[in-house]
Amino acid sequence: MKSLQRAWHRHSPQLFLGELLEKRWMEPIIPFTLTIAVFLAFAIMIPRYLTAGSLQELMRNFAEQGMVAVAMAFSVLSGGIDLSVGAVFAMSNFLALYLYLILGLPLPVTIVLVVLFGAAMGAINGGLIAYGKTRPFLTTLVVLIIVRAAYNKVTVAFTNELASIDSGSSTWDFMGSGRVLGIPFNMLVLILLAVGTHFFLTRIKPGVHIMAVGSSRKAARHAGVNVKRVLFSAYVMSGAIAALAGILYAARQSSSGTDTGVGWEINALAAVVLGGISLAGGRGTIARAVMGAAIIFMLTSGMVRLGISGNLTTAIIGIILLLAVGFNVKWVKNKGKVLQKVYVTPSWVDFEPPPSVERGSGTPFAENDRLKNAEAIALNMIEGPEDIILDRKDNLYTVNRNGSIIRFLAPDYTVREEFARIGGRPLGLAFDRDQNLLVCIAGMGVYGVKPDRSVFKVTDRTTRTRTRLKDDSRLYLADDLDVAPDGKIYFSEASTRYELTDWALDGFEGRGNGRLICHDPKTGTTRTVLKNLTFPNGICISHDGQSVLWASTWLCQINRFWIAGPKAGTSEILIDNLPGYCDNINRASDGKYWLAFVGLRTPVYDIAMRNPVFRTRMVKQIPPDEWLCPGINYGCVVKFDDNGAVTESLWDPGGLSHPTITSVREHKGYLYIGGLENNRIGRIRLQDADPTWEAHKSYWGGA
Amino acid sequence: MTGSSGARGAKLTQTTAVLVMCAVLIVIFSIFLKGFLTLGNVFALARNISILGILALGMAVVVIGRGLDLSQVASFAASTAIAIILMNSGYATPIALLIGFVMAFAIGILNGFLISVIEMPPLLTTLASSLAVLGIVRTTAVQHYVVYLSKGHDEFLRLGGNIWGGVPISILIFAATAVVVHLFLSRTVIGRFVYAHGDNPDAARQTGLPTRPLTMIEYALCAAIGYVGGVVMVAQTALMHLQVAESTIIFDVIMVVVLGGVSLVGGRGNVMSVIAGTLLIGVLLNGMTIMDMDVQTQNIVKGVVLLIAILLDSRLHPRDEETSKQGD
Repeated sequence: MKSLQRAWHRHSPQLFLGELLEKRWMEPIIPFTLTIAVFLAFAIMIPRYLTAGSLQELMRNFAEQGMVAVAMAFSVLSGGIDLSVGAVFAMSNFLALYLYLILGLPLPVTIVLVVLFGAAMGAINGGLIAYGKTRPFLTTLVVLIIVRAAYNKVTVAFTNELASIDSGSSTWDFMGSGRVLGIPFNMLVLILLAVGTHFFLTRIKPGVHIMAVGSSRKAARHAGVNVKRVLFSAYVMSGAIAALAGILYAARQSSSGTDTGVGWEINALAAVVLGGISLAGGRGTIARAVMGAAIIFMLTSGMVRLGISGNLTTAIIGIILLLAVGFNVKWVKNKGKVLQKVYVTPSWVDFEPPPSVERGSGTPFAENDRLKNAEAIALNMIEGPEDIILDRKDNLYTVNRNGSIIRFLAPDYTVREEFARIGGRPLGLAFDRDQNLLVCIAGMGVYGVKPDRSVFKVTDRTTRTRTRLKDDSRLYLADDLDVAPDGKIYFSEASTRYELTDWALDGFEGRGNGRLICHDPKTGTTRTVLKNLTFPNGICISHDGQSVLWASTWLCQINRFWIAGPKAGTSEILIDNLPGYCDNINRASDGKYWLAFVGLRTPVYDIAMRNPVFRTRMVKQIPPDEWLCPGINYGCVVKFDDNGAVTESLWDPGGLSHPTITSVREHKGYLYIGGLENNRIGRIRLQDADPTWEAHKSYWGGA
Repeated sequence: MTGSSGARGAKLTQTTAVLVMCAVLIVIFSIFLKGFLTLGNVFALARNISILGILALGMAVVVIGRGLDLSQVASFAASTAIAIILMNSGYATPIALLIGFVMAFAIGILNGFLISVIEMPPLLTTLASSLAVLGIVRTTAVQHYVVYLSKGHDEFLRLGGNIWGGVPISILIFAATAVVVHLFLSRTVIGRFVYAHGDNPDAARQTGLPTRPLTMIEYALCAAIGYVGGVVMVAQTALMHLQVAESTIIFDVIMVVVLGGVSLVGGRGNVMSVIAGTLLIGVLLNGMTIMDMDVQTQNIVKGVVLLIAILLDSRLHPRDEETSKQGD
């Protein structure tokens, strides 16, 4: 039973759900499924729905409605709405017939003039909305009434001429009833239009500006976008596309009835909303508008074929619109909350009781005061020195919260200078053979700084896990690194599910979200070596250069991964059940390793780790201030050897000056102490250490 | 204080400006249009504007609360149609009217619920709900567009008649409604809340006003007052034509409200603004009818006037487009 529960928490479907909700293609999948479902439903209910002729007929009738929906999508994506599309469509239909068949203008001239008419109507809308600052909904509604009234007037006036028109040229007929590869001509135009406008809105500057203005008018203005002109252009394009639909309709129907285009704006609006294009603007694609239009079209036409009255159809469209808008509004508002609720998926972690850390208990972990009198370097001159390192000239390098690498000059470390500015949140540091300073940067990847201070990128991506929904090819949270004798850079990515600021959430999960990654500078390739590691944090190449030691923070383990020798490629646990949460590991002068404890285990938290349901409830039901957190208000550093035996520990009881220690680095008889949240770097003299030992010699030999 | 008195001044000037324009129009029409300034036409004008005025009073309540109700006409058309059917099938007139009233009220509450609780944009919501309401009523109860009131309801029809030698009762109903709405907006707590709500919804909510129930009340009142207008319409014509919901009456109503000085930004205007707007639009419509303009041309003229009104309104009462809710 217990193992079943454990398996459930390890492979929780919630993991899948949380990552699914994060996917961008998740949003159109609802309208897409709906489209397929509606289509299948009618295919079953209506006999001979699926014959080639019937499908062609459907496509032919659908194309113009699809185009009007695209026109509507333009205005909605820009953050407004264009209700005049139905009337502009109808008027363009009339104009095309009038100009081409009654006045006898050449076809290209007719098309240009009619599209210009649509653009002009769009210009009226856009002019009033963008420059007159009127409300899009009311403005376009009134334009709808005016254009519609004008349309009714002219169709009545030209009833006789329209009744007796002849179907014109073969090109005109082809536009109306021709087929290309079995696809009706107007459908083909719709497809081209959809592809073209999609390309325009996602790849071309003016189109991207429309999306930008729709997403956030203020941000767009701040970014230097001419908001008014962009809005204006969106309505002009909306009008022009509606006019194009009108021309195709004219070629197909060769008539201009009183009900042409009536209510199309409502259908288009319902289509756009149903397709999941946010009414708040800026979110959605043309493909979704077309899918939404297909749903509405299949519903209306299908209901006609099933003999359902037009009134019920109207009611159904109205209700669909209400439901779709309601869902849209609620979804946009609460998506983040839903995601947050289902995203954190704690797993089951069993802990043995840890060795005692009690003062005088006789274990190597027993509390003492050895760090209490650490000398403070750079007090209040640094924020969050997660890692520190010293170069061959004894200069001290550390990382700063604001994304820069800070250097304190030897010998007294009072002169502070910004060595390099990279950005992100720099974490682990290491020197390679050529004294390039390599640094892991949360949110960016691995970067390097040459001795001449120029910054270069080492890597920011690795191989993607194919079996996972989430794209983990980008580095989320590169944490610490070290360089193997052959020059390969091994680094840990602590989590692929959380940003650095949410490290506590990853802790609540206690799941194998991290990985060990290797970058080979010779080939420039990066590949994931081990995955599903539980918060791999500190990385250190062993003294013999044959293995990588890595620390799992949440499991309180030190692991060894062999990279050379007989056991190359295998992995083993070196130390298990440590009393603290492990952070960076670094070499010590006596052939052992220093390990920083970022926090200490507490019995309560250990029990919580055994109870995933409790942690789920905690994250969901109480505010973050009240969450049970790992105890990080301690300062403790330990030393272990290659056999996994811990030999000594150094304490700052209560963490008065060095809480949350994330890194210790030994250099020429001194031990330097850094912490993720500290305002200083500590230094103590090590009594029995080799006063000439420095890491560079240990790694690369030489004098 | 200067700011608020300035706003008060602007309000007064807009209402007075509309009244002056109205007077100018009356003068022009009296000179150039034959038969405009006859007692018969004045009474006809009064009859016509009373319905428009009643509807606009209802709309004003919503607009002052920074909303807009495009379903007003559809909801009164549907609910009066139901009331007529009930009257025809033998229900007592007051009970039938009451049932229709409850229906209109419920539609208003539903609109307010969708807008305040689900937080949907008001214009879209009311547009969609008018489609839904009309569609449902037409599929379930009213097969044809027109519902006639059967004979034998003379008592009721008297509401649409005249008294005192030609004064239409409907104008008296308009006057009574105006007084009631005025008292509601200026003398009751809820009425003052409506202003606060429209002036700054966020501030209203943060100071503890129950904005969600308030929104529901606003839309319910709009539908209910609209229903009164619908009943007057039935009393005048003894029928309800459901196509009225697809006509442009709703835009006449919005035009009246906006022109009179009840700005779409909310919190501005009062009953006097509505009366001024009603007079202006009434005179305009009446003049166009006498000029024998066809409906389409009238629509074009009205549309252009409404566009100008909206443009002026957004100039006089600008809103912050960067923070305003989308979809309106």
